[in-house]
Amino acid sequence: MAISDSTREQLQQLAARYPRPRSALMPMLHLMQSLEGEVTPDGIAACADVVGVSAAEATAVASFYTMYKRRPVGEHHIGVCVNTGCGLLGGDAVYEALCERLGVGHDAATEDGKFWLERIECQAACTHAPVMTVDWEYMDDVTPTSAVEIVDRLARGERVESTRGPAIRDFRATEHSLAFPEDGLAAEGTPVDAKMLAGLTVARERGMSAPGIPAPASTDDGQEG
Amino acid sequence: MTITNNPGTDVEVAVDMINVVIDGVEMAVPKGTLVIRAAEQLGIEIPRFCDHPLLDPVAACRACLIEIDGMPKPQPACAQVLGEGMQVHTQQSSEVARLAQEGVMEFLLLNHPLDCPVCDKGGECPLQNQAMSIGRPESRFVGEKREFEKPINVSAQVLLDRERCVSCARCTRFAEQIAGDPMIELLERGAKQQVGTAADEPFDSYFSGNTVQICPVGALTSASYRFRSRPFDLVSVPTTCEHCASGCSLRTDYRRGVVTRRLAWDDTNVNEEWNCDKGRFAFRYQTQGRVESPLIREDGELRVASWSEAIEVAARGLAEAAGRVGVLVGGRSTMEDAYAYARFARTVLGTDSIDFRVRATSAEETAFLASTVAGSPVHVSYDDLETAPVVLLVAFEPEDESPIVFLRLRKAARSGTRVVSVGAVATKGLKKMSGSLHASRPGAEADALRSLDDQTRALLAQPGAVIMVGERIAGSAGAASAAVALARETGAALAWVPRRAGERGALDAGALAGLLPGGRPLTDVAARSEVAAAWGVDTAQLPASAGLSGLELLEAAKRGDLTALLVGGVELADFADPALASAAVEAAGFVVSLENHHSAVTALADVVLPVGVVTEKAGTFLDWEGRPRPFGQVFRDALTSSDARVLSMIATALDVDMPADITSLRLELGRLGPWSGARVAGPEGGSGAGASGVVLASWRQLLDSGVMQEGEPHLAATARPTVALVSAATAAGLGDFVTITGPLGSVTLPVAVGDVLDDVVWVPMNSPGCHIHADLGVVPGASVQISAGGAA
Amino acid sequence: MSLTPVITEHWDDPELFSLAGYQRYGGYRALASALKQDPDALIGLIKDSGLRGRGGAGFPTGLKWSFVPQDGKPHYLVVNADESEPGACKDIPIMLANPHALVEGVIITSYAIRAKHAFIYIRGEVPEAIRRVANAVREAREAGLIGTNIQGSGFDLDVVVHAGAGAYICGEETALLDSLEGFRGQPRLKPPFPAVAGLYASPTVINNVETICNIPYIVDRGVDWFRQFGTEKSPGFKVFAVSGHVVRPGIYEAPLGITMRELLDYAGGVRNGGSVKFWLPGGSSVPMLTADHLDIPMTYEDMAAAGTMLGTGTPMVFDQTMSVVKAVTRWLEFYKHESCGKCTPCREGTYWITGTLERFEHGHGTEAEVDTLVELCGQIAGRSFCALGDAAATPYPAALKYFRDEFVAATTTSADEQFDPAAAYVFAGAVAR
Repeated sequence: MAISDSTREQLQQLAARYPRPRSALMPMLHLMQSLEGEVTPDGIAACADVVGVSAAEATAVASFYTMYKRRPVGEHHIGVCVNTGCGLLGGDAVYEALCERLGVGHDAATEDGKFWLERIECQAACTHAPVMTVDWEYMDDVTPTSAVEIVDRLARGERVESTRGPAIRDFRATEHSLAFPEDGLAAEGTPVDAKMLAGLTVARERGMSAPGIPAPASTDDGQEG
Repeated sequence: MTITNNPGTDVEVAVDMINVVIDGVEMAVPKGTLVIRAAEQLGIEIPRFCDHPLLDPVAACRACLIEIDGMPKPQPACAQVLGEGMQVHTQQSSEVARLAQEGVMEFLLLNHPLDCPVCDKGGECPLQNQAMSIGRPESRFVGEKREFEKPINVSAQVLLDRERCVSCARCTRFAEQIAGDPMIELLERGAKQQVGTAADEPFDSYFSGNTVQICPVGALTSASYRFRSRPFDLVSVPTTCEHCASGCSLRTDYRRGVVTRRLAWDDTNVNEEWNCDKGRFAFRYQTQGRVESPLIREDGELRVASWSEAIEVAARGLAEAAGRVGVLVGGRSTMEDAYAYARFARTVLGTDSIDFRVRATSAEETAFLASTVAGSPVHVSYDDLETAPVVLLVAFEPEDESPIVFLRLRKAARSGTRVVSVGAVATKGLKKMSGSLHASRPGAEADALRSLDDQTRALLAQPGAVIMVGERIAGSAGAASAAVALARETGAALAWVPRRAGERGALDAGALAGLLPGGRPLTDVAARSEVAAAWGVDTAQLPASAGLSGLELLEAAKRGDLTALLVGGVELADFADPALASAAVEAAGFVVSLENHHSAVTALADVVLPVGVVTEKAGTFLDWEGRPRPFGQVFRDALTSSDARVLSMIATALDVDMPADITSLRLELGRLGPWSGARVAGPEGGSGAGASGVVLASWRQLLDSGVMQEGEPHLAATARPTVALVSAATAAGLGDFVTITGPLGSVTLPVAVGDVLDDVVWVPMNSPGCHIHADLGVVPGASVQISAGGAA
Repeated sequence: MSLTPVITEHWDDPELFSLAGYQRYGGYRALASALKQDPDALIGLIKDSGLRGRGGAGFPTGLKWSFVPQDGKPHYLVVNADESEPGACKDIPIMLANPHALVEGVIITSYAIRAKHAFIYIRGEVPEAIRRVANAVREAREAGLIGTNIQGSGFDLDVVVHAGAGAYICGEETALLDSLEGFRGQPRLKPPFPAVAGLYASPTVINNVETICNIPYIVDRGVDWFRQFGTEKSPGFKVFAVSGHVVRPGIYEAPLGITMRELLDYAGGVRNGGSVKFWLPGGSSVPMLTADHLDIPMTYEDMAAAGTMLGTGTPMVFDQTMSVVKAVTRWLEFYKHESCGKCTPCREGTYWITGTLERFEHGHGTEAEVDTLVELCGQIAGRSFCALGDAAATPYPAALKYFRDEFVAATTTSADEQFDPAAAYVFAGAVAR
């Protein structure tokens, strides 16, 4: 399959982002995944061609990173963290509930191509356990019930907000953002939540603050408290 | 002109030495030495898998962990550079090292199937051997081993049993670092990590077989050898590769009179530890289609004859034609056999009409070889390529035409040597050598050499610079002369790289009209008398004027001026004009063919005398450097004879004394030595403007329709597809296929767009679907018609 | 010890992520001051501050910067924002809430080490962090804070936000470099070290997100101010992320030297009035501690003295409902999944140990195997290619030190029989099982 001129142009744009084109291989694979819903041999070959490596070298890269899928993911990627801090704190039950709801297990897509379910590793959100992701956007502090509800709403095509990010789009849209992260959504949603403010809240309650700047300091009064 | 040794290359480089202690033994080693290499010098064998002296260290397998005083953790001996005063403890003197190695070995065997009884590597397996020396007697692992579908083809020739792999990455590093063919890679990750290829791109590297050889387990095997034998049942003989002039040292393994495999053998000066797949896998031709007994023609038909009868018929026929006999010696002869033909022609047949060049030739090339190449000692070596500031390639595609030269040039390029190719195609091979193209239309190389850019010229003037010309220079008018002139002007060394293994030896053996052994000009009386003395004849008995060679020889035979031909190991289709060659043999009144295989020549011959292939005789090839590559007889009880012995039998029948054994011939030739007198004049070529219109560029691909590749379907399946390569501009309007038409006919091939000069079409010279001599009736540089080809 | 919000001070301002919001609190003031200083003076300043890397190893940041040779080659700054260690969850919140602190730190650091190219390598699984940092970079570029001749200083800088694609190993700095160059993220042989031959074989500094975020504050407020926090060997403040069975898991910024007991108090204590069974100071790669260790100051040196490490400074706290066998098994499953495959001990060792632990979890095994696993960990630790192998070899022996009985019991009684899994759920009671 030949890639379109517009795709080639985008690939070249990514290559130009780096001092050496090969550095763009990962964003390129994200881009191909956003276009094709998976990383196909043709997509890999197209990336390899643009950066000037062999198809085997690009395949080696594509198969190393777990976010690149070599089967169609479908509309939404559902991840459930099953590492110690999430899985044992309830993520296991969330995963089981989703398996039951979706009728698939780990690393598999539903027959209707709507969802892909995956047991994922730590999402750097242990404070928000158990964590689920939809198209890699955070769905923090889920329960089996809330997780199934999220899936139900997605299945019905309803708007679903990430707990710390924008409204859910779809897997391909996220993959596109990974290639071109200036997606205009940085101001959407409320990524800073109560748990991220937990210490600040306690500090405010208890009247605690960092020591001020020792004199002589800047004449500005940039610091507070 | 003379070729001088490059000044400055023999300067001794001062080496900084450091003192270290390994297992209590003090030693001095050059700065930068790795622990594992120093330990080897002491005879201490540290286990290793990923380590390979010719590959960059990776320290991945961790089998070689050793202890160093002052370092908290065990270090990998394969990557640890020794420092002054370093105290190293291997497993011989350190419990830490021993336990570390034992632990790694236990891990390595964890997922290994331990299927040694059915594994080809069993008996010569580094994993098996090192597990015996450092491993635990029993595994503590009771879990399930990783499983893979087995085997998978990484190419038609190379198979992979992934469960045996220990992820040492020798194969993938070889492919990337040495061959420049990164078509195999480590895929996946962690315990699932495995060697593999891209979905539609097999590991069709000319050098793929090396990965099988350096695999330290039985993960990579060849379709050719898989399940054929156990290593301990094999007899191994060091040999030299007969496929090209690279001169690879090989090891030939056989069992019960049958060669089972060939391996690259170590020769640091030549092929290091590598060879190409043709040299490794193409040996089944040796046993197929053989001429098994002498044949003589009777009533138009060949019939089996006794040796004595056949020799007598041959001797009589040749004697009757005395003075009007031509001798054609194939380019694959050993030097000793070629020497026997050279001597036989002059002393028995009384003719100087002899040629070894079964390909395009020219009088200019003859002069070039006689004046510049023949009888000269090694003046450009493989090692010289590594230190050359620039290597200029003329009418020479190393990857196809001398693959070990290619590997060495690639190595050189990795350390800074600039490779510049004078040609019409910036090939993938050139890119792998990081080389650049100095554009020249085929046939216009002479002009291109005269118009070299200043930068390249300046590099050529630096000490150590090299110009390498290929055998195709014969087909480009003026190119050889221009190359000689360029070498003279810049001081660069000039090397001629023929394709066939026997050509350089045949040249030095005197198997070319006008040239006696050692580069002696036949017309020089002193040269003649030296040779006459060595041959025990009167100088007056030797022909005093140059005979016929090349086209002249064939045409003379066709005209009937030559009434007999003595032909040894020649494929008529290999001549630039196969029809002429065929007509020449047909026209000759009497043809004696010394052959190991039935061929177009044997089909026309009056006497066919079977001779041995390389496994059945001893001999020497001179590689392109001029370096003798002697080899012994693999099958000592072979029933065949060398060409030299057969010629001696004919000579005896005609009452001429001629040595029959290889050793005597080799000694005699050695005693003659190279000519020290004046040489014939150098070549005087024309302008070399080349033809107009669309011209043909072509050379023989390494893997093609060559007769010595017969019987190896797996190897053939890794050959490059037959395509016509053109520039994007030339391709415009052609469609997917192009029809190329020459005087004799046309071929239709798939179009591939590449870095080719406009109005040049490159096709393989002798590949399935495209044999330019026979199909088109053209040679490289000829103008051809191209048109859109439709479906082939 | 008090909480001391610095990096987190204004996180409750929903506009902080924007340039305007950040500048509201003195943002980019440090940059203006830095650009007037000699780069070497800045390196000296950071050296004097005693700032240590917040990514886990605690290497002195100023010293790292000073290793960069001042030769003709281009220099690069690479920010390690690949936060993937189980338990570590402090860089992502920083990038979500205060991305400009990172960007300002990147510009100042690049100026100090004379890099004209900086890369922020963010793990691909958190697109929100990537888009917020990319947005901050865009805003900074549009404001002339990134680009050519920044604020008339003559200093040029390009900053690229790079998305990873799922590989914990890329948190290892040389693997990150290979990944950033478009290769498989497998660690490189050292030497050469990145400071000499890093990205594109050029001198490269690799710093953690939180480390870089400290830079603007140190430049702005000075070494003396910075050294008020923490100890002599561990100066400064730290963004602690407390997770697990605590009442208020979340981000708590405090001086180094605060104790777990104090952090636990701020986090509302163990949930349901329970008690600490075991806790880890900073990610799954550091040895676990127990309730006996709650009063040890959380500094690099004190944690080391207690036989563990501060690591990422993101304590995970688990109560008595937790099966240590399952906890360790999950961690090993993680290391097995994330082992890059390059070296034998890590690749094969994690395969073996994980398989055995999975049998333990289901009540199958022998007591001899309990000890064999310790030996196997010993066959990995110190012998693997990179620190991931050492990390994989850490949880089991550390757990065995305190909970041997539980592992021995698991060879005959499954973990779920020993501990009701639902009891460990944070929503226990919220759902009926």
